[in-house]
Amino acid sequence: MTTRDLFATLPVHEGAALDRLHARLEEVAEQENLLDVAYRTVDSPLGTLLLAATGRGLVRVAYASEDFDLVLDRLAAQVSPRVLHAPRQLDVAAREFEEYFDRRRRAFDLPLDLQLSAGFRRTVLEHLTEISYGTTASYGQVAASAGSPRAVRAVGTACAKNPLPVVVPCHRVVHSDGSPGGYLGGLEAKRLLLRLEAAA
Amino acid sequence: MTQPFEKVVAEHGPTVLRVCRAVLGPVHAEDAWSETFLAALRAYPDLPAGSNVEAWLVTIAHRKAIDVVRARTRHAVPTDVVPERPSRNHIPGGWERDLWDALRELPDKQRHAVAYHHLAGLPHAQVAEIIGGTTEAARKAASDGIARLRRTYLEGDPR
Repeated sequence: MTTRDLFATLPVHEGAALDRLHARLEEVAEQENLLDVAYRTVDSPLGTLLLAATGRGLVRVAYASEDFDLVLDRLAAQVSPRVLHAPRQLDVAAREFEEYFDRRRRAFDLPLDLQLSAGFRRTVLEHLTEISYGTTASYGQVAASAGSPRAVRAVGTACAKNPLPVVVPCHRVVHSDGSPGGYLGGLEAKRLLLRLEAAA
Repeated sequence: MTQPFEKVVAEHGPTVLRVCRAVLGPVHAEDAWSETFLAALRAYPDLPAGSNVEAWLVTIAHRKAIDVVRARTRHAVPTDVVPERPSRNHIPGGWERDLWDALRELPDKQRHAVAYHHLAGLPHAQVAEIIGGTTEAARKAASDGIARLRRTYLEGDPR
C-alpha cells in the first residue's frame, strides 16, 4: 500500500467545489477592494475577445491573436498582479459588445480607464472617440484634430497600440485614399467592423 | 515577473483544497480555502519574486486552519457520542466518512505534517518552518502519522 493509495478517496480535482470557491473569491475580493483587474472573454464575429476592467473602467480589449496569456501577464506587470477571472464584473461590457455586434448599439456607454496609454498616444485615443459610428477619418485628419497635423505616423502607432480596440474605434481610421490601412486585430477584422457599421 | 493571481488560483487551488480538507475535514475546509486565497490576494503584490508560491499558500492555509479550529472550539458542544465509522467501501459521503475520521484522530502535528508533506509535496524542512520544530521532528511526525493512518484507516476496521 503506497501513500498515494492512502489518500485515493480524497478528490484530486473537484470542479464543482473549486468553481464555487472561485465565485466566492471574486465576490469577496470585490467587496474588499482587492479586485484590481477583473477579466472575462466574450465570443464575437472577430473571434474570442478578452475584456479587462479596473475599478475605474474598461482597461483592455484584446484579440486572440495577441495571446491572452501574454495580455494578462502584461496587465499584471503594468496595472496590478491582482488579476482575477471575474466574468460578472464585466457583464455590462459583455452585453454592450453583444449589442454592438448585433448592430443594436452604435456607441459604447462604458467608463474607460486609459492608463495603458500616455502622452500623445492617449490624446489620439481621446480624439478617436469623436469619429462617429459608420464613418471614417484619415490618419492625417486624426493627427490634425489631436493638434499635431504632421504626426501622421504617430497616429498610426497610437492606433496600432490601442489598448481598447472596438470601443475606442481605431478601426475607423483609414488612409486618405480610402484604403483601410493596418489594424492590430488584422486587416480582415478591420474590414468586418467597417462593413458591419456601414450596413447598419 | 509576478504572474496574474488567477494563475496562482488555477495552479494551486486544487492542492490547497486537498490540504484544507485533510487538515480540517469536509465541513470547514472550504472556509479555510476562501480565507487563505483572500489573504493571499491581499498580500500578493508584496510577495518577493522567485518565492515558492505553494509553500507560501500552505503557510497561510496553516494559519487559517488554526484560526478555524480556535473558532470552532469556542463554539464546541461536548458530546460523548462516538461517531460511527462505516466501511470505506460504503461510498456515500466518499472520503469524508472514514479517511477524515482517521485523520481527525491524529495529533495535530502529525496531521499537519502528513498533509503538507504528502499532499502539498513540501519537503520536510519547509514543513518544519510552517509547523515549528526541527526538520527531523517534521519528518518523524509525517512518518508516524502515515503509519498510524495505515493502521487505523487501511487495516483497522474495528468491526
